[in-house]
Amino acid sequence: MSEHVMPGRIYYTIWIALLCLTVITAAVSFVDLGRFNTVIALVIATVKALLVVLFFMHVKYTSERLTKIVIVSAIFWLFLLLALSMADYGTRHLS
Amino acid sequence: MSDSPIAIVQHPEHLHHFVDAEQQRDAAQLGMWLFLATEIMFFGGMFCAYLVYRYWYYNEFAAGSRSLNIYLGTINTAVLICSSLTVALGVRAAQMGNRKLLVILLLLTIVFGFAFLGIKGVEWYQKYEEHHIPGRTFNADDLIRDYPQIHIDPRPEQIYFSLYFAMTGLHALHMIIGVGIFIFLTYNAWKGRYSPKYYTPVEIGGLYWHFVDIVWIYLFPLLYLIDRKPLR
Amino acid sequence: MATVAVTAERENYLNKEYGIRSWLLTTDHKRIALLYLASITFFFFIGGFFALIIRLELLTPAGDLVQADTYNKLFSMHGQVMIFFFLIPSIPAVLGNFLVPLMIGAKDLAFPRINLLSWYLYIIAGVIYLHCIVTGGVDTGWTFYTPFSTAFSNTRVIEAGIAIFIAGFSSILTGLNFVVTIHRMRAPGMTWSRLPLFIWAHYATSIIQLLGTPVLAITLLLVVFERAFNLGIFDPTRGGDPLLFQHLFWFYSHPAVYIMILPAMAVESELVACFTRKRIFGYNFVAMSSIAIAVFGFLVWAHHMFVAGISLYSALIFSILSYLVAVPSAIKVFNWTATMYKGSISFTTPMLYAFGFIGLFTMGGLTGLFLACLGIDVHVHDTYFVIAHFHYIMVGGAVMGYLGGLHFWWPKISGRMYPEGWGRLAALLVFAGFNLTFFPQFILGYMGMPRRYWQYPPEFQVLNVLSTAGSTILAVGYVLPMVYFLWSMRYGKIAEDNPWGAAGLEWKTSSPPPTFNFDETPEVTWEAYNYEQIPAPPEVNVER
Repeated sequence: MSEHVMPGRIYYTIWIALLCLTVITAAVSFVDLGRFNTVIALVIATVKALLVVLFFMHVKYTSERLTKIVIVSAIFWLFLLLALSMADYGTRHLS
Repeated sequence: MSDSPIAIVQHPEHLHHFVDAEQQRDAAQLGMWLFLATEIMFFGGMFCAYLVYRYWYYNEFAAGSRSLNIYLGTINTAVLICSSLTVALGVRAAQMGNRKLLVILLLLTIVFGFAFLGIKGVEWYQKYEEHHIPGRTFNADDLIRDYPQIHIDPRPEQIYFSLYFAMTGLHALHMIIGVGIFIFLTYNAWKGRYSPKYYTPVEIGGLYWHFVDIVWIYLFPLLYLIDRKPLR
Repeated sequence: MATVAVTAERENYLNKEYGIRSWLLTTDHKRIALLYLASITFFFFIGGFFALIIRLELLTPAGDLVQADTYNKLFSMHGQVMIFFFLIPSIPAVLGNFLVPLMIGAKDLAFPRINLLSWYLYIIAGVIYLHCIVTGGVDTGWTFYTPFSTAFSNTRVIEAGIAIFIAGFSSILTGLNFVVTIHRMRAPGMTWSRLPLFIWAHYATSIIQLLGTPVLAITLLLVVFERAFNLGIFDPTRGGDPLLFQHLFWFYSHPAVYIMILPAMAVESELVACFTRKRIFGYNFVAMSSIAIAVFGFLVWAHHMFVAGISLYSALIFSILSYLVAVPSAIKVFNWTATMYKGSISFTTPMLYAFGFIGLFTMGGLTGLFLACLGIDVHVHDTYFVIAHFHYIMVGGAVMGYLGGLHFWWPKISGRMYPEGWGRLAALLVFAGFNLTFFPQFILGYMGMPRRYWQYPPEFQVLNVLSTAGSTILAVGYVLPMVYFLWSMRYGKIAEDNPWGAAGLEWKTSSPPPTFNFDETPEVTWEAYNYEQIPAPPEVNVER
């Protein structure tokens, strides 16, 4: 990671944001939004994860491109596993 | 940053095959990120099982999700978020050479880690009392009774709880390992082994901890928040 | 009595320190490579022993040598030992460990202690698996299919699962070490496009190890949990899907076959270049094909499940993808062959293995395309056709690549030459024995003989007898190198730094190399395979 020493304030801001998002995601789950409940829950989780990755893990401030490639590749590979498996489960009722 | 004399003096045995301290640090960083990539795939296999079975048995998953204690789950999520803060501040303390602050923050992280594990233990015990542990003792009658609006088949209900225990159990195991790593880091920090020129173990230990936090950030909605809308 | 004249012997990694502690606690990548060499050879014999009993049983149509349950254990453990304890480590852990730092001009791998840990994990896994063997073994097939493995098998499934789980981490750590080393520790001037293709292929292999093995790990863990704690994830009586296990299992186990073949392709590039004394034709294509194989290899796994119950539409998708994955492999075969055109070919032992590899790998690969075709697969799935297909690639391809590489780099590793005459004889025995063993199996499979059956209809006997006869010749071909390699360590001709006149940084240091590989860090100003700049040895430097 970079040598860049971040001001403490950024960490506290992210911390508060994460706590707020946690409360929001828990509260929203009690509201009936049909299919969107799942979507919103996952979107909020992804936002939280991004905040941790970019700020707490310093990925936003690194000049190292390889780190970002590793992260994106791993997520993409997981996505391959999920998507191609669901290609089977999602189409079984068709044949 | 190359050929830092302090780093060489402190850790001559690390550097012999590296050109300089910067190469060593870059190698350690890349190594930890690659390891985290393998962990994404490791947990990912269970996420795949979760995806398939939630697709097949949504009702059973919804009912199982409702039976979890959302307050404890939310508090635990907050606990981990706080621990990520102390980790990030700890890396910063190491960067600035503040040994005392670093030790305090590492200790706080360990405390949060134990708090998380303690609360998880309480939750698991609740599941045991409610007969929701898969196997011979499993009984979903309470769920069937409490949620008559949802059609629940008790057999795949066990699948939800199998995944619940497998996923939270593996996550807890990673937390325990993380706590162990941080005890090791705390000891070394207290001994003054980290400085602005060399704090790589704190940094990569921190990366591991943040990753375990991120896994929980996804487990929480997937296990606890499947369907909590009011039932008519 | 040592008959070898040794004048002041230079200090090298072998004679730097003696004693068992200096070996068991070493962090020198070259010594660790030899530790692996010894261990995987041991497991090769174990797996080979199981194969021998299988082939003996199959001499006759009746099940008369062993009981049916025992036969199930034999083929299951033959597969697991050969795959997890021999093939997957083989080239990366022996030749890769030894050569990757040398080829890029580094002093060691990025994480030498993790390298040693990798070996210890492998040994721990091996000991657990050996214990599993002697306490009852495993009869689930090497694939651990559920629900038999989770609910019905009475054998040591948990123990085997744990052993392979641990071996998986050994593999992951090796891959991690290679990727970091190749990214971070190349010598000055060693750009990506100057790397030997051996490095490109090992890099691709490491990607697969990193991204695929964890999925096997979690899958085996879930099987162990299900069996030990009665979880219900794969249990059909509780709504579980046995196919989910297969999806998760093959997500790793298909790319695993590329873990096994890519390193052999790595060796192939080096052998073909050296013994035609030419740069590999289409360097960029071969390098990119390695990466393509690694990536595409992850997209085809359900071709192992065409008749298991997956949907027709997903079967179509996986079938098309399986055809595509053959393309980069074919590109490599074309490029190696094109390299030979107007090359100066010498038929040394490594080159004999290299020729064998091209022919046998091509046959194995083409028969893979037969299997990728849905209509044909319905007919030959679970028959000896499949067995022949994968043995052509894993034995005709990977093992021949391993042996070719061992012979090629033996002077560098040991400082001695093996006896060339015996080497060529062994190579020919391996080639002849291999074809006699496995070609009849294509016919048997096509005629309908099922795999994993301990008895068979009498009309299949002649081909089975031929196959068993071939396996004895093959066995002799395998034992010979073990004997003469050991012999050469004492009595072999002392090797020069570069007996083959080969390109590559590893040949610029002494044979064997010093502990830290190079007296001075090399600075690279030349392209890979610069054979036009390297004088050919007077004759290829071999001992008659």
